[in-house]
Amino acid sequence: MTEHSKNKGLIQFLKSPSSAALWFVIALGFAGGVIFWGGFNTGLEMTNTEEFCISCHEMENNVYEEYKETVHYANRSGVRATCPDCHVPKEWTHKIIRKIAASKEVWGKMTGIINTPEKFNDHRRSMAEREWKRMKDNDSRECRNCHNFEYMDFTEQGNRSVKMHSSALESGDKTCIDCHKGIAHQLPDMKGVDNW
Amino acid sequence: MKILPFVMMVLGVAFTGTSLAQEVNSGGLETIRGITTLDATKKAEAMKRVLKDKNPIARNYVHQPPLVPHQTRGYKVNKNSNKCLTCHSWKYAQESGATKISLTHFETRDGKVLSDVSPRRYFCSQCHVTQADAKPLVENTFEAVESLTNE
Repeated sequence: MTEHSKNKGLIQFLKSPSSAALWFVIALGFAGGVIFWGGFNTGLEMTNTEEFCISCHEMENNVYEEYKETVHYANRSGVRATCPDCHVPKEWTHKIIRKIAASKEVWGKMTGIINTPEKFNDHRRSMAEREWKRMKDNDSRECRNCHNFEYMDFTEQGNRSVKMHSSALESGDKTCIDCHKGIAHQLPDMKGVDNW
Repeated sequence: MKILPFVMMVLGVAFTGTSLAQEVNSGGLETIRGITTLDATKKAEAMKRVLKDKNPIARNYVHQPPLVPHQTRGYKVNKNSNKCLTCHSWKYAQESGATKISLTHFETRDGKVLSDVSPRRYFCSQCHVTQADAKPLVENTFEAVESLTNE
């Protein structure tokens, strides 16, 4: 039984307890944790970009093209919202939950459930309803990432906005998505949808 | 004999001179295009803004489709949805405070009344238009009938 002397030395080195101070080992572990977390987060944030979203042709050819005609794409002030601003929560816990749920989308991509325009349009209603439900349930949290109701200047808004925002939105009766459906992508068949 | 080329040269210069002249003789008529020569491309005017949200605009004759006093940017009217009707239908007009579509929108060509908007009146923007924030191009002394004028 002849072990290579180098290997034996390495394994022996790894197996034997260190004489370094405890705090030093802890510091090393801390640094390793920082590097790991930084890398993990960077990778996660890379999936939170418009560029990543439209890397799937299902998204690029359908909803991205529709979004390009809307006010969230180009407007007077240049303040805009891209895919993650509306579809990915910003708070960490909600974001991670959504990212785990996104495995469903990966599965959908692999099985090609919406990979032709016809299939996409067949599923448009159900996809839209899922998003509307999500926004209704969280009180349009993603809209409120940018549009803060408390700071809406009603002297600047038009008549209809003032009327609707100061009544339905103020009372909590309705939330943004109830009236502003179709703000970014084309609507599906709206038969049976409330307020439509 | 040398006089002839000299004369021709003088006449030639005279004619080129007149054809190069830049004055525009419109005979005193100022068009909407302004005083520019036909071969000059005028700089395009800035795009006009649509009125954001005004009070209803008075009508000029009885069957006139009323003008749209607000922006309609991004409003889709197609088989899937009709954005105008989300405020102007009889169902939602009370809640939204918008003008209801008139009874004529429920009638077929033969005068039969349907229970929902008639297909011939479904596409609002075929008759109803928004207004741009612009002055009339030509001065206009039109007056509506007395029954519609409240000045």
